[in-house]
Amino acid sequence: MFGLAKKDATLLLVVVGLTLLAPFILNPFPTDSAMAQFNAGYPDLMQRFVIFGIFAIGFNILFGLTGYLSFGHAAFLGVGSYSAVWMFKLLSMNVIPAIALSVVVAGLFSLLIGYVSLRRSGIYFSILTLAFAQMSFNLAYSVLTPITNGETGLQLTLNDPRVLGISQTADGSIPVTGLFGLEMRSTYTMDVGAWAFQFNVGYYLCAVALLVAFYLAIRIFRSPFGLMLRAVKSNQQRMNYTGLNTRPYTLAAFVISGMYAGLAGGLMASMDPLAGAERMQWTASGEVVLMTILGGAGTLIGPVLGAGFIKYFENIFSKINDNVLHGWFSFMPDGLENFVITIIHPFIGKGWHLTLGLLFMMVVIFLPGGLVEGGQRIAALFKRGKKDDDGADTSKATTPAE
Amino acid sequence: MDAIILQILNGLDKGSAYALIALGLTLIFGTLGVVNFAHGALFMIGAFCAVTLQRILSLSTVTLSKTETNFLGQPAEIKTPYVESWFGPEAGAAIIDWSVPLAILFSIPVMIAIGFIMERGLIKHFYKRPHADQILVTFGLAIVLQEVIKYFYGANPIPTGAPEVFKGSFDFGVLLGFDPNAIIYPYWRLVYFGFSALIISAVFAFLQFTTFGMVVRAGMADRETVGLLGINIDKRFTIMFGLAAAVAGLAGVMYAPINSPNYHMGMDFLVLSFVVVVVGGMGSLPGAVLAGFMLGILESFASMNEIKSLIPGIDQIIIYVVAILILLTRPRGLMGRKGVMEE
Amino acid sequence: MSILEVKDVGKRFGGLQALSDVNLSVAENSVHAIIGPNGAGKSTLLNCFVGKLIPDTGSVMFDGQSVLGRKPFEINQMGISRVFQTPEIFGDLTVLENMLIPCFAKRDGAFELNAIGSVQSDKEIGDRAMQMLEEMNMADKRDMHAAAMSRGDKRRLEIGMCLSQEPRLLLLDEPTAGMARADTNNTIDLLKQIKNERDITIAIIEHDMHVVFSLAERITVLAQGTPLVEDTPDNIKGHPKVREAYLGETA
Repeated sequence: MFGLAKKDATLLLVVVGLTLLAPFILNPFPTDSAMAQFNAGYPDLMQRFVIFGIFAIGFNILFGLTGYLSFGHAAFLGVGSYSAVWMFKLLSMNVIPAIALSVVVAGLFSLLIGYVSLRRSGIYFSILTLAFAQMSFNLAYSVLTPITNGETGLQLTLNDPRVLGISQTADGSIPVTGLFGLEMRSTYTMDVGAWAFQFNVGYYLCAVALLVAFYLAIRIFRSPFGLMLRAVKSNQQRMNYTGLNTRPYTLAAFVISGMYAGLAGGLMASMDPLAGAERMQWTASGEVVLMTILGGAGTLIGPVLGAGFIKYFENIFSKINDNVLHGWFSFMPDGLENFVITIIHPFIGKGWHLTLGLLFMMVVIFLPGGLVEGGQRIAALFKRGKKDDDGADTSKATTPAE
Repeated sequence: MDAIILQILNGLDKGSAYALIALGLTLIFGTLGVVNFAHGALFMIGAFCAVTLQRILSLSTVTLSKTETNFLGQPAEIKTPYVESWFGPEAGAAIIDWSVPLAILFSIPVMIAIGFIMERGLIKHFYKRPHADQILVTFGLAIVLQEVIKYFYGANPIPTGAPEVFKGSFDFGVLLGFDPNAIIYPYWRLVYFGFSALIISAVFAFLQFTTFGMVVRAGMADRETVGLLGINIDKRFTIMFGLAAAVAGLAGVMYAPINSPNYHMGMDFLVLSFVVVVVGGMGSLPGAVLAGFMLGILESFASMNEIKSLIPGIDQIIIYVVAILILLTRPRGLMGRKGVMEE
Repeated sequence: MSILEVKDVGKRFGGLQALSDVNLSVAENSVHAIIGPNGAGKSTLLNCFVGKLIPDTGSVMFDGQSVLGRKPFEINQMGISRVFQTPEIFGDLTVLENMLIPCFAKRDGAFELNAIGSVQSDKEIGDRAMQMLEEMNMADKRDMHAAAMSRGDKRRLEIGMCLSQEPRLLLLDEPTAGMARADTNNTIDLLKQIKNERDITIAIIEHDMHVVFSLAERITVLAQGTPLVEDTPDNIKGHPKVREAYLGETA
């Protein structure tokens, strides 16, 4: 199906199902229940899941396949956002031209940076991409203020000269982004008993983009080009002596992943038409590295899982506070309850980054294949458990290899 | 002319910090072959050693005044730092005033201990893993360390003063025959530069003139051969890691009065220090020092108004531009050795 | 008719004259061995053929065209394949994938942006790779991780990968270095078979005299960066200069 092998087609169908039904799946708890805070089925968060999913899928095409670790990919996302907002300001509030421009500009920008950075490999490549991204970030903050609006960030105003459209609506407000009249922010809420499921136009636009991005990634992974990229990671020397020119392969991978980042940036601006320099900072580049590694670099589904995992827990962990904890542990004796909460306290709320850092270290140390490898190990555990009935050694078999 | 001298001086303190961090990074990379993204965090922890010592020394007993009252008419609280009650008011106050220099003594054992724990507990297991894994795990560690500091000390910068004597500025211009106030330079920055020069010389002397240093240098050049000679190179490398941590920590301690310590200062400096290391040449100690000062001074020149008006924004990007140019024209950096980090 | 023509090649590394006045001619469809004591410049010379090094003086012509200044991948596309001292294969990929890559390189050239097509459905390439694996007796290992194989199998795969490109000149850099006797003999048999079945020129750098004398039709002895003598194996065995420079040293 779609020119995919059966296994890949199944994976694609699963992802299609999950993204389209996300408003249900991510909203398992009734609106008024105590557990409702664990729901993730509201538009803003769901949009972030898929947008960062796209970003990570693209990053994975570079890092997962070729092994080139870029620390500057946020620059492409930022450039994509700026391009989209400019398109909204100058041309029209339709998201299609905005997103198209984001992808093109990010592609050109990554062609430039990739062409220079890929002259080196290993840590030198990482530092070069980092240097370029920091440079872009610093410039966006300072000299490029006419284009980026500096620290405030680029926003829509009431007197943007919109060629195909109006500068302000009849009631004097800024028009909203849309797709041929369909507003991105419009949401249909379906009340079923105690549940309220939200279907948002913007989310579904992002979801479609994610599915296309994911489908293309599968095709790339299974293509001769994808094979060559994996060969780059494995042994460049052998490639050169097999008559293959590695430079255009890595550059193509770099530009493709830059375009994915641009798409993510364009979507981000389409959901909320503003763009700030902080999207280009190296910590933002670090975040996409974390997502990819956490999910499983070099796997198809890993980056999407990693992006979803990090964005979900970022959201949930930041919401948990001491009161919530007291609610959970109220069954314990007072002294013990306070002790437990004191222990947990640093890791929740604003301490989310601490949890994330620890988690990330654990993954790199014990589970270099990320969540996907973890899933495979668990699956293998079950299979083995079924096969040999005593199953005595299964626990040992999962101890991580160095 | 005076403007040029002023910019050179201004570049020196930042350059010193770059050089010290880059020196440690290079030591770790050259000896252990590990790319340590947590090195900036060590610098930051050093700065917080100064904060901590200042707080410890300021711990006070509270007594109620018999004569004075506060605005509610109750007896006023008088805080007496323990050190003042132990050593007498004057000596005690002096100790508190000198807490940053004293933190040097305090930080050395702390930093060496942290270095040992890091190396034995984590880094050791990554010697044989790819560089990308090393970058990733130390990047994770850097996040953890800075979040821990943030948890205990908060997100805001904590002003940490230099001793009273060093608070003023020194009029360099008069000394060199320029108009008064042409070249004003804070004393503490001068101290920082001198201190850095001292540490750098000490590290080089240590490597040059001790047997230990000789083995380490030999190990940097060819680890396997030295290992074959039956020398326990791993143990020495652990010590080396502790030393590099201490150097970064000391750089941080003394930097506290220049820039109030905050939890993300490590990351800020790390990115630039990596650029410094790469410009200097991976694995080259003199290269790291040279590039550190060079980039520090270049940065301060680029921030001169005359140059900024000529090329807008140049102050923001000069270091990166130089780094990119050097990497492309001299792949091994200014003084890099052949074969380091090349495929 | 010679396929590789080396004229007056010299190469200097700092104070060391690694090669000087190297003149060498490898006849088409022959097996030519280059031997010499350690440090004689054998590997340096080989690196000058494949584009890793550029000699300071002289010329290297392959089939009438100069290889100097060309990149390794360009030289490979001209028809020179190289086997390394330690097998260079794609360790992270499967055996079949290892074989697919040179097949693609042969058909599609140095760069082809085919990001949408599927490797699996490319029957032409797939058949070619499987056929090559069968010739190498490795078809049963097709799904194995290449890194997990024995050294002998890695060597066999590497040679197979080179052959799949149908090179006109196959360069081997000490192909049996560090191998056990049995593996060495297997490699010799494989090379003999290749020589008998194909129109191919083989140039081999070797330390092991057993290998050299079982395969080579002509031998060049290199000493201190200069060819000492070039002759048939039988004549080389008895040559006094060779005994002095090379065999004498080991005695």
